[in-house]
Amino acid sequence: MSKQINVALIGNPNTGKTSVFNALTGLNQKVGNYPGITVEKKQGICKLPRGVKAHIIDLPGTYSLNASSLDENVVIELLLNKNDKDFPDIAVVVTDVENLKRNLLLFTQIKDLEIPTVLVINMADRMGYKGISLDIDYLEEKLHTKIALISTRKNEGIDKLKDLITNFKDVSVSPCLDTTTIDPIYFGNLKKAFPNQLLYKLWLVITQDVNFGKTNRKEFDAVADFKTKSKGDLKRLQQKETIKRYQFINNALAKGQSIDLSRAKDLRIKLDRILTHKVWGYLIFGIILLTIFQAIYDWSSVPMDFIDGLFANLSEWTKNIMPEGAFTDLIAEGIIPGLGGIVIFIPQIAFLFLFIAVLEESGYMSRVVFLMDRIMRRFGLSGKSVVPLISGTACAIPAIMATRNIESWKERLITILVTPFTTCSARLPVYLIIIALVIPEGRFFGLSYQALTLMLLYLIGFGTAIVSAYILNKILKIRSKTFFVIEMPNYKLPLLKNVVLTVIEKTKSFVFGAGKIILAISIILWFLASYGPGEQFNNAETIVKTQYASQNLNEEDLQQKIASHKLEHSFIGIAGHAIEPAIRPLGYDWKIGIAIVSSFAAREVFVGTLATIYSVGNDDEATIKNRMAAEVNPILGGPLFNFASGISLLLFYAFAMQCMSTLAIVKKETNSWKWPTLQLVIMSAFAYIVALIAFQLLK
Amino acid sequence: MKHTLAQLKRGEHAVIADVSSIHIPLKLLEMGCLPGNSVELVQVAPFQDPMYLNVNGTHLAIRKETAAHILIEKISNE
Repeated sequence: MSKQINVALIGNPNTGKTSVFNALTGLNQKVGNYPGITVEKKQGICKLPRGVKAHIIDLPGTYSLNASSLDENVVIELLLNKNDKDFPDIAVVVTDVENLKRNLLLFTQIKDLEIPTVLVINMADRMGYKGISLDIDYLEEKLHTKIALISTRKNEGIDKLKDLITNFKDVSVSPCLDTTTIDPIYFGNLKKAFPNQLLYKLWLVITQDVNFGKTNRKEFDAVADFKTKSKGDLKRLQQKETIKRYQFINNALAKGQSIDLSRAKDLRIKLDRILTHKVWGYLIFGIILLTIFQAIYDWSSVPMDFIDGLFANLSEWTKNIMPEGAFTDLIAEGIIPGLGGIVIFIPQIAFLFLFIAVLEESGYMSRVVFLMDRIMRRFGLSGKSVVPLISGTACAIPAIMATRNIESWKERLITILVTPFTTCSARLPVYLIIIALVIPEGRFFGLSYQALTLMLLYLIGFGTAIVSAYILNKILKIRSKTFFVIEMPNYKLPLLKNVVLTVIEKTKSFVFGAGKIILAISIILWFLASYGPGEQFNNAETIVKTQYASQNLNEEDLQQKIASHKLEHSFIGIAGHAIEPAIRPLGYDWKIGIAIVSSFAAREVFVGTLATIYSVGNDDEATIKNRMAAEVNPILGGPLFNFASGISLLLFYAFAMQCMSTLAIVKKETNSWKWPTLQLVIMSAFAYIVALIAFQLLK
Repeated sequence: MKHTLAQLKRGEHAVIADVSSIHIPLKLLEMGCLPGNSVELVQVAPFQDPMYLNVNGTHLAIRKETAAHILIEKISNE
């Protein structure tokens, strides 16, 4: 029985590291979080020859071991901690053939930790096109490593890489740079003080903020004495180190790599001339956004209608084949409509993640950051805030995590605080159903009114985010040094496999994450709606029958009256009536009130809640939408969901902070309850006021 | 006379002369902004900020305020 080989996949961003990971592991992937922090931890299993298995960890992309963000810290913490169960037997450093020189910097650092390291040179298919040729044997000798020249796009070289991993014991561990040469006196003293430690490792401990486990801390505590050098001095040494590393790399590449510049036809230059243009750049960005929204609305309506009908039928079918009783009701009226309320949004969420994945993979997102930085800075944000704000249209949680590469703390904090205003996919269910109910069909210049309304809601979300950022920027007194560096990667045609895997994985985690909450809430709601205290509920049948004795109601109408009487006096009805005074001025009845309250767990619960409430005691097979359209406002008469109450609801959901998971992540990322509490209170109060004004003006 | 990178115009080339200012993040050096390397200003956003550079084959964007700390020697643009 052979043991499992631990493999760490490391590399600069934009080197196709994820493609290598996907090529090695296929669908054998597991995505989780690192313990205690929310940096994504991707792991997978790769089957090697002779029945050996490799456990592969895809570490966050980093330019260097000198970490400047939380993601990057993960890399150094793993590589410095030999006791970690994931500590690699072999490190695979992924580089891009077009950026080999820069990508090798990280490689030399990993080598100096004396971990067996192999080098993957990816995107080999572009070599001819770019006029690059490599002398692999020479490079292997100069860099003390084994090289796999691969192309994930053409699926070449993966077997070679697997071979190298299998034979990890043959890989050299000799370092690239003699650390002592950076400053002989300083490092000489360091070596004397810690004769048993690796010098480069000590150097990293001195310069980095590494959070070691308990076991390791003692070992390195004494190093603190060597931090005596001033920050400026340490930085000078780091600069010297960087220069030395590049000397080493240049030396190896001088003979190992040749680039025929005349053959380098550059698509980048042509594309950038347009895509980063002062006018065309912004125009194209606008058109792309518009297309995304049109797609989310128009293209997904077919599968959504299909799913909607499917669940209505499923509910009906369950009632027919299962014996009558509370259990059947729970399934048919509680669980199935609740689940339907989430499954229906899979097409849209998948589309959204698809677009975001394509924008990121193609390299276009960096251009957006470039275009927007100056504008965003005026509002106290960074160009890099654009990525969280756009990903926020999928979900605020990954979006808030994506703020980590913003270098300035103030810009980052403001981005975190305003991101929940962007229209996340959980708001989408609410928007869609209400828009369908209150906005007329019809087209304006080929764009449907409904799609335009949706677009407007997205703009309101962005607009509010930007304006609150501006205000926060004026109020918050935080001094933090700002700098901004972003790589502008080459344009690439997104790899279908990468995009598909991202979409599947993100959609899955959304559906299961939200699904669990929704399922639990719909079961609880069903119970609360199906049982109640006191006379009014238990004797509903008698009470209603006496009340309507004089009117000659047919059986069906009578059943309907009984059901709604029961619902009104169930636990949920009582609770709903209790909060009704607070929400009546906004144009809502107590059922919407219940849906809003349960939405504070997660917004998408809204539709499921209404579905459950309306299903209870309802026998017909109408879809959720039809049931909502049929609701009558108990006080004002007329349809409950009319233009005024619909707009009021839309605005309420646009502004209110209704998502426990987001609050939890904000707490984690800002390390304080102050910011999530402020978000909850201010956003929700604002939402209430705006919805109130809207309804009172429109009714 | 020494110039800074912030004074470079679009399409101009230069050689990086000095990056020892403490206002220049290490990350920038690690991405190749080192003395002796060539730099070209590829594109600028409105108000000349940020600046899209090609440093020795690495394409990156930085803000003008950072660029103002990087000393360069201009190469005449034929």
